[in-house]
Amino acid sequence: MFLSFLRKKIGTNKEKVKEVQNVDEIKDMVYDILRTIKDPEKPNTLEELNVIYEEGITVKPNPEQCINVIRVEFNPTVPHCSLATLIGLCIRIKLQRDMPYPIKLDIYIKEGAHTTEHEINKQINDKERIAAAMENPNLKDIVENCIKEED
Amino acid sequence: MAKLEVVQILTKKDSGRIWNVSWHPKGDVLASCGEDKCIRIWAKDLLGKWTNKIVLTDGHKRTIRQVAWSPCGNYLASAGFDATTCIWSKQDGEFECNATLEGHENEVKSVAWSKSGQYLGTCSRDKSVWIWEVAEENEYDCAAVLNAHTQDVKKIIWHPKKDILASASYDNTIKFFREDVSDGDWVCCGTLVGHDSTVWSISFDGDGSRLASCSDDCTIKIWKEYVPGNPEGVATVDNDSTWKCVCTLSGQHSRTIYDINWCPITGLLATACADDSVRIFKEDVGSDLSAPTFNLICNVEKAHNEDVNCVSWNPTAKGLLATCSDDGEIKIWNFIDN
Repeated sequence: MFLSFLRKKIGTNKEKVKEVQNVDEIKDMVYDILRTIKDPEKPNTLEELNVIYEEGITVKPNPEQCINVIRVEFNPTVPHCSLATLIGLCIRIKLQRDMPYPIKLDIYIKEGAHTTEHEINKQINDKERIAAAMENPNLKDIVENCIKEED
Repeated sequence: MAKLEVVQILTKKDSGRIWNVSWHPKGDVLASCGEDKCIRIWAKDLLGKWTNKIVLTDGHKRTIRQVAWSPCGNYLASAGFDATTCIWSKQDGEFECNATLEGHENEVKSVAWSKSGQYLGTCSRDKSVWIWEVAEENEYDCAAVLNAHTQDVKKIIWHPKKDILASASYDNTIKFFREDVSDGDWVCCGTLVGHDSTVWSISFDGDGSRLASCSDDCTIKIWKEYVPGNPEGVATVDNDSTWKCVCTLSGQHSRTIYDINWCPITGLLATACADDSVRIFKEDVGSDLSAPTFNLICNVEKAHNEDVNCVSWNPTAKGLLATCSDDGEIKIWNFIDN
């Protein structure tokens, strides 16, 4: 949505062209980082399971403040999936580590895809909870295993 | 034009995210803590530069979320994700951990000393607020375990004049607690509802008759105390004051506001935000007490390179402000209002 809005403006504003390319590049970069994350329970990747998908990633540039706000929407495989929080955790940690510069990240479950959607959204966007979770050795091991790059 | 000027940037290699900074009551020492599990004590050297004088490393096994000086300035308390609270005391220029308070089930998120020095409060992701009574030297007795919140308790502070504790929570509310004089039990004596998401921090004004709160809903709220028998005719229950939201500031912050601090000297409000900015608000002179107006008089974009986690006005030097961030830096600022 946001991208198409920007594209419409290309003709009238040359400055915007550069910005749009940037947004697409960032989007591709984000998707590339996320697609190889493994599902905590299944042998497949989040891309293969359609848990993450390119349309779920939006980038909102804010050139004035030099901040790019990235929004990642994901679709848990089953509506009561208890692993949704863990998937959110993997998405956040992998992006934090692999993006070449600091980003602002909002992660949401696809609307209507989970019974406790609001609760999980709040949890996976609370950085204090994320930080504490990553100091829990068991959780950390699971996350590290899911986001490990295969050779 | 009002502005914030950087006095000095304090940084240590590989310190990681810095969660909190706390000024000593005399204003000449700053303590900081964060992801690297250590507490750093900063003070000015002979040339007037802020320098890292002491590093305390053996207190916590996980992130240190907050540090707090006792009102007398002789003790420093630290709250850790390892579920413990450490009390450090200064003897012959050295800090030693003389007490470790255990009891919370998981991360301790905040710690604060009462103005009287008689009590210490702690709170945790386990949803509880604990009141500790300072017994004798290095002895702390648990006076109460308060389970009033329905979610994590993010921050606690004491009233600047009375033994009243305020808490801010992931359940979107703020609560007040006091001791019931009849039986010595601690009770919840007020719940402030109004924020639409996690309340990350709260701060009393100089005399404790107002409270400022900041939230994940990107707003600030100012709450005013109405004492029993108040001239405005606001109803009170059981001889406890009623607190009402008299002002909401929205539209200035674009992401979560992690901290707010009300300067007891100048009355200025400072905020720390996840959009990397530090902002200063000033109350209009002659503002209606029941509907005050606050103006954004200074907005430092890119005050830090990442989320700003904490803002703290120096208690003695007017206009001196300390901030810290996920970028691993602490900044000392001087506020100039021409």
